[in-house]
Amino acid sequence: MIRLENVSKVYHTAQGPREIFRDINLVVNKGERVGILGRNGAGKSTLVRLISGAERPTSGRIVRDMSVSWPIAFSGGFHQRLSGKDNLRFICRIYGIDYRTRLEFVERFSELGPYIDEPVGVYSSGMRAKLAFAISMVVDFDCYLIDEVMAVGDERFREKCEIELFQKRKDRAMIIISHSNRYIQQHCNRFVILEDGNLEEYEDSESARMAYKRLIKRAAKIEMKRQHEVEKAKKKARLALMEQEGALQTSA
Amino acid sequence: MPADDRSEPLLPLSGLRIQARIVWALLLREVITRFGRRNIGFLWLFVEPALFVIVITAIWTATHDLHRSQIPIAAFTLTGYTSMLMWRNTPSRCIGALSSNQALLYHRRVTMLDIYLARILLEFAGVTTSFMVLGLVMWLGGWLEPPENVLQVIGGWGLLAWFGMALALTLGPLSERYPSVQKLWSPVAILLFILSGTSFLLDTFPPTVRYWLLWLPMTSGLEYLREGFFGSHFKAHYDLGYMCSATMLLMLFGLSQVRRVALNEVRIA
Repeated sequence: MIRLENVSKVYHTAQGPREIFRDINLVVNKGERVGILGRNGAGKSTLVRLISGAERPTSGRIVRDMSVSWPIAFSGGFHQRLSGKDNLRFICRIYGIDYRTRLEFVERFSELGPYIDEPVGVYSSGMRAKLAFAISMVVDFDCYLIDEVMAVGDERFREKCEIELFQKRKDRAMIIISHSNRYIQQHCNRFVILEDGNLEEYEDSESARMAYKRLIKRAAKIEMKRQHEVEKAKKKARLALMEQEGALQTSA
Repeated sequence: MPADDRSEPLLPLSGLRIQARIVWALLLREVITRFGRRNIGFLWLFVEPALFVIVITAIWTATHDLHRSQIPIAAFTLTGYTSMLMWRNTPSRCIGALSSNQALLYHRRVTMLDIYLARILLEFAGVTTSFMVLGLVMWLGGWLEPPENVLQVIGGWGLLAWFGMALALTLGPLSERYPSVQKLWSPVAILLFILSGTSFLLDTFPPTVRYWLLWLPMTSGLEYLREGFFGSHFKAHYDLGYMCSATMLLMLFGLSQVRRVALNEVRIA
C-alpha cells in the first residue's frame, strides 16, 4: 500500500511561494491500477517526484508498504558518457541485484545490438527510450510508476512493452499519470483527476472522461478569453499611439 | 520525517550497508564518467594531483637556496600541496553537484548525501594515492626521508580529510542556494591557500601573526602533519582542540544544509 496523507507541496519561485498541492490524500493498494489525469501544468510531474521519493512533501507524509519504481522508461538518470552496459551496471549496483543475469534480458529486449557498448550520448532518442524501458524491467517492484504515455519505438516494440508491463506484471500495482484519457481508460481500474492542487476520484472511466472533457473545455475557454483581452489591449495601445502621432503632426 | 520506507528493515546496520553500497556504486560511476574506460583511465585520479605536486616541488627545489632554511624541501612541498588538495578539490567537486545528478534522486535510495560522499571519497582516494606514491618515489629517489612518526602523519591526514569533507558538505549545498558560491570559491581557495601554511612554516612568523593564522583549521592540521613527517627540523604550532571543534561545527552545519537541499529546495527542470 502507498498512502499519501495530507500532502502539500510548495515551491519557492522568484515570484514568491507557489503551492502545487494542498492536503491531497490517496491510497493505492496491491494490484490496483490508478490512472491520474491532469492537464499540462497541473502538477503531474511533481506528483511523480513525490511518489517516487525524488522529493519530499512540504507537509504531510507518504507511507510506502510496497517498493515503488522510478518512472518507467525514464532516461534522465542515464549518464551520457556511460555505455548502455555501464548504465545497467550502475542500476544493478544500486538495487543490489546481479548484473550478469540481467544483461542478457536487456540486450535481447532493447534490440541495441553492438550499441549497448557505446556511450548513451550517441544514441538516438528512440534507442535511449528502448534502453530505458528495458532497464526499468530489470528490477522487480510492487508498484510501477508510469509517467505519460510510453511512446517507445515503433508499433511492434510498443506492443512488446505492453506485454512486458501490463500482462507479465498484471498482479502489480500501477500508478499511471497522463494527460491522455485514452491510455488511462485502457489500462486502469481507478480514475483520478488532478486539478487546482486537488485530487478527485471518479466512480468509473466514463464519468472521469466526461469530467476531464469539461475541464479541458473550460480551460480552453478561459485561455481564449485571456487571449482576446490581450488582443484588445494591444489594439487599444496601437490606437493611442496613432492618435499621439497624429497630434504631433498637426502641431508641427 | 516524511517519506519513510516501511518495507525496509529498520536495523541501522543494514541501512548502513545499503548506503555503503550506493555510495560505492556512485563512486564507480563517477570514476568511469570522469576518466573513461580507455587510455590510462582511472590512473588519472592520482596522476592529476601528482603532476601538480611534482611541478611545484621542482620549482621549490630549483630555488632552494633562496629560502635559506634547514627543512627538507621535498617533504615540505609534498605535505603542503597534497594536504591543500584535500580541502580545495573536495568542495570544487561538490559545488553544483545537484544539477548534474538530480535525476538520480528518482532512485529512491539515492540521496543527495550519497552523491556528495561519493565525490568526496573519490577525491580523497586520488589525493591520498598521490601522496603515498609520490612519497614512496621521492624516498626511493633519495629526495625525502621517511616520516619520523607515521601514526601522527596518518592522524594529521585524517584530520585534514575530515575538514575537507566538512567544507565540501557545506559549500556544495550552499552553492545550490547561492550561485555566487560557485564563482567565489576559486578566488577564496587561492586566498586560503596562501594563508593556510602550504608554502610556509608557522614558526617563521611572529606570535601575533601565528595566532591569527591558526584561526584557519587546516593550518593546525598541516602543522601537525608536518611535525609527524619531519618534526625534528622545526618547531610546529597547532591547536588540535580548536581544529576538531571548528571542523565538528562546520560538519554539523554542512549536514543541515545537505538536509535542506534534500528536503525542499530541489527543483528538477
